[in-house]
Amino acid sequence: MTKKKAKIYTRFERLWHWSQAILIISLGFTGFCVHGVYRLQTFEEAYKIHRLLGWALVVLFIFAVFWHFTTGQWKQYLPTRQKISKQIRYYTVGIFRGEPHPYEKTTRIKLNPLQRITYLAFLILIFPIMATTGLMMIFYDQVRVVFPIPLEWLAFLHTVGAFLLVTFFIVHVYMTTTGHTVFENIKAMITGYEEVMDDEGGDLAVL
Amino acid sequence: MCHDTTGKYKKFPAGAGHPAYEPKEFPPGSGKIWEPVDLSEIAQTVGAASRANCGACHFNGGGGDGTKHGDLDSTLVNPPKEVDVHMSPDGENMVCADCHKTEAHQIPGSRYAMSVKDAHGKDLPESDGNPTTCESCHGLKPHTKQKLNDHIDTLACQTCHIPEFARGDKPTLMFWDWSTAGDKKRGVEKDEHGWTTYNFKKGTEKWEKNVTPEYRWFNGQTDYVAVGEKVEPNEEGVIVINQISGGPDDPNSRIYPFKVFRGKQGYDPETKQLLVPHLFPFNKEDKSAYWKGFNWDEAFKVGMETAGLPYSGKYEWVKTEMYWPQTHMVAPGEQSLHCDDCHSPGGRLTQVAGIYVPGQDRFPWVDALGWGLALVALIGVFVHALLRLISHKRNAH
Ligand code: HEC
Ligand code: HEC
Ligand code: HEC
Ligand code: HEC
Ligand code: HEC
Repeated sequence: MTKKKAKIYTRFERLWHWSQAILIISLGFTGFCVHGVYRLQTFEEAYKIHRLLGWALVVLFIFAVFWHFTTGQWKQYLPTRQKISKQIRYYTVGIFRGEPHPYEKTTRIKLNPLQRITYLAFLILIFPIMATTGLMMIFYDQVRVVFPIPLEWLAFLHTVGAFLLVTFFIVHVYMTTTGHTVFENIKAMITGYEEVMDDEGGDLAVL
Repeated sequence: MCHDTTGKYKKFPAGAGHPAYEPKEFPPGSGKIWEPVDLSEIAQTVGAASRANCGACHFNGGGGDGTKHGDLDSTLVNPPKEVDVHMSPDGENMVCADCHKTEAHQIPGSRYAMSVKDAHGKDLPESDGNPTTCESCHGLKPHTKQKLNDHIDTLACQTCHIPEFARGDKPTLMFWDWSTAGDKKRGVEKDEHGWTTYNFKKGTEKWEKNVTPEYRWFNGQTDYVAVGEKVEPNEEGVIVINQISGGPDDPNSRIYPFKVFRGKQGYDPETKQLLVPHLFPFNKEDKSAYWKGFNWDEAFKVGMETAGLPYSGKYEWVKTEMYWPQTHMVAPGEQSLHCDDCHSPGGRLTQVAGIYVPGQDRFPWVDALGWGLALVALIGVFVHALLRLISHKRNAH
């Protein structure tokens, strides 16, 4: 396989990524305000903005799911048969020895095994939990009638999810610097283009 | 009597709410005679039952204007709108009976069995037989803001709409400690407002205005300790004189604002009764009355004897509490509690069990673990970056 500069992120993916990033960061700030950690604005303002952003994220998520299924790109997130341990060994040992990435990004395969499992967990676990508990709190007065779950359980799950997202954010931002150059990955997410292995015709699910 | 516009109707000071029906000397031996109320004269001058009429009795509970309730005092005869939106001439100019509609002379709105939660809502077109609830007029969705309507399952309207009580001209009695009475040298002491802080006859007092209520679950049921009933102090060493019922799992309960009147009273540790002191002397020779002899033991002995109750001869001072539900002096909408009053650390409902108020309550260990995890990630990332930098330099050689 040869390396070539190829468009690996479509316009939709980039737009999705960055609007999601902005929404999640703002949700974090307003959310911890609602949680009472600090008061940049009144509870009412923070709550209203948080609720609005939450709705926006849900809509975006629905669009993204639709896009992934119509384009078949959802396969990017399938866990692979390849070993995650290889990827972990790279980040803990190989990277300091100047070893090459164990799984090179290709024109067709954008995510390494560790990314696949992480993003999948985000998409099918964290996001649905946050959205479900969030919506249940917005409609708590109606929800409690049919499903009398204590508010504190919803708040508990929502807060745990929030802290996992804070941690994910820190690690995720740092990980973008582990490409061939420090800014390679971020640049790709902005322009869409990156120098990758050419494997036209390869199978997404198999890697 | 409620309709008296002569202003002559007067409760007899020790008559438990009843006027003097026959001439009485009060205080005994003083020579001051209280003429009986001329009921027929009053009956002839019946006016509309004004706020002052009902207030003649109800503003003066506990011996003085505003003393007892906290939300009922003479300010309500002519209140500004900030004090009471309904009864203010600048507001709705309602009289008591607009809410306390009498049906067959039974005035609804009893303190012993209140209707804290009215699931029926508006009484028009169809009445539920109890017009004395906020919902009877305002319905179950009184707000344009949906999130406020979401709160009324849990919170009584009064909780948000009576941000403070005793907002009128009169202070209300918050604390009364009988145990310190008897110091004639101190006499009567007053604070900068002219409110009594000490009275050698009654002990230590505390009067307050614009008081923040205390909040409790309440289903309307109140049980009074009857005179002569055996009671024991609770874990906090307090005897609650009127125990209110309710809790988070009771569908008829809501969180309600209260004036909590605290005090210290005589208690017989052997018969386990609150003691009734003999205060007013029977006659000039009577030294057993506390306000004559200033001897508690004597006063309790004669007081209990007069009440026909046993007294072991031992007394101690016990802390007492009384709960006064706050339901009048509804403030204008914009002066109701704001979200931040509750949804902030240390919010108003901190002491109320069985609720989770976002912003006020949290799981401290979740927060600790959460921030801990984020911190570990941050440190991890920095160390990793540093090692990469070092190894990169080394590998470059
Ligand atoms: C003669 C004095 C008097 C007048 C005047 C009077 N009340 Fe009463 N009211 C009482 C007494 C005494 C009680 C019983 C209170 C108690 O048992 O603690 C009572 C009870 C009530 C109760 C039930 C409260 C409770 O604690 O159970 C309401 C409500 C009430 N009155 C409203 C009114 C209204 C409205 C008016 C004017 C139309 C009025 N009252 C005029 C003396 C009076
Ligand atoms: C805006 C309506 C409204 C007006 C006006 C009103 N009340 Fe009430 N009152 C209530 C409600 C509501 C309750 C609580 C009843 C319940 O929960 O059953 C109540 C309860 C009471 C109680 C018994 C509870 C307590 O606090 O001890 C008394 C006594 C009382 N009212 C007296 C009066 C008097 C006297 C006036 C006139 C000066 C008056 N009320 C005017 C609505 C009103
Ligand atoms: C007898 C009917 C009646 C009862 C009972 C009643 N209200 Fe009202 N209330 C009114 C009317 C009429 C108005 C003025 C019109 C309006 O704003 O809806 C009003 C206005 C108000 C306002 C708005 C004041 C403003 O202009 O900012 C509040 C808040 C309010 N009521 C709260 C309560 C609460 C709390 C209770 C129970 C303690 C209660 N009301 C009981 C009739 C009633
Ligand atoms: C969580 C606090 C809260 C509770 C509980 C609550 N209110 Fe309100 N209410 C408010 C606030 C705050 C406003 C001021 C309106 C605003 O900010 O939009 C208000 C306004 C009102 C108004 C004026 C109309 C309006 O929308 O501005 C009425 C009438 C009213 N409330 C009645 C009630 C009644 C009746 C109940 C009980 C069924 C009740 N409220 C319970 C907080 C509360
Ligand atoms: C008097 C205190 C009080 C005030 C004022 C108050 N709240 Fe609440 N709020 C509560 C309580 C108590 C709960 C929890 C209810 C439960 O556990 O059932 C709650 C729950 C909530 C919730 C989560 C459950 C739900 O129904 O969505 C939200 C969101 C909320 N409040 C928003 C607000 C907003 C916005 C305001 C101001 C407009 C406000 N609150 C004013 C006491 C208050």
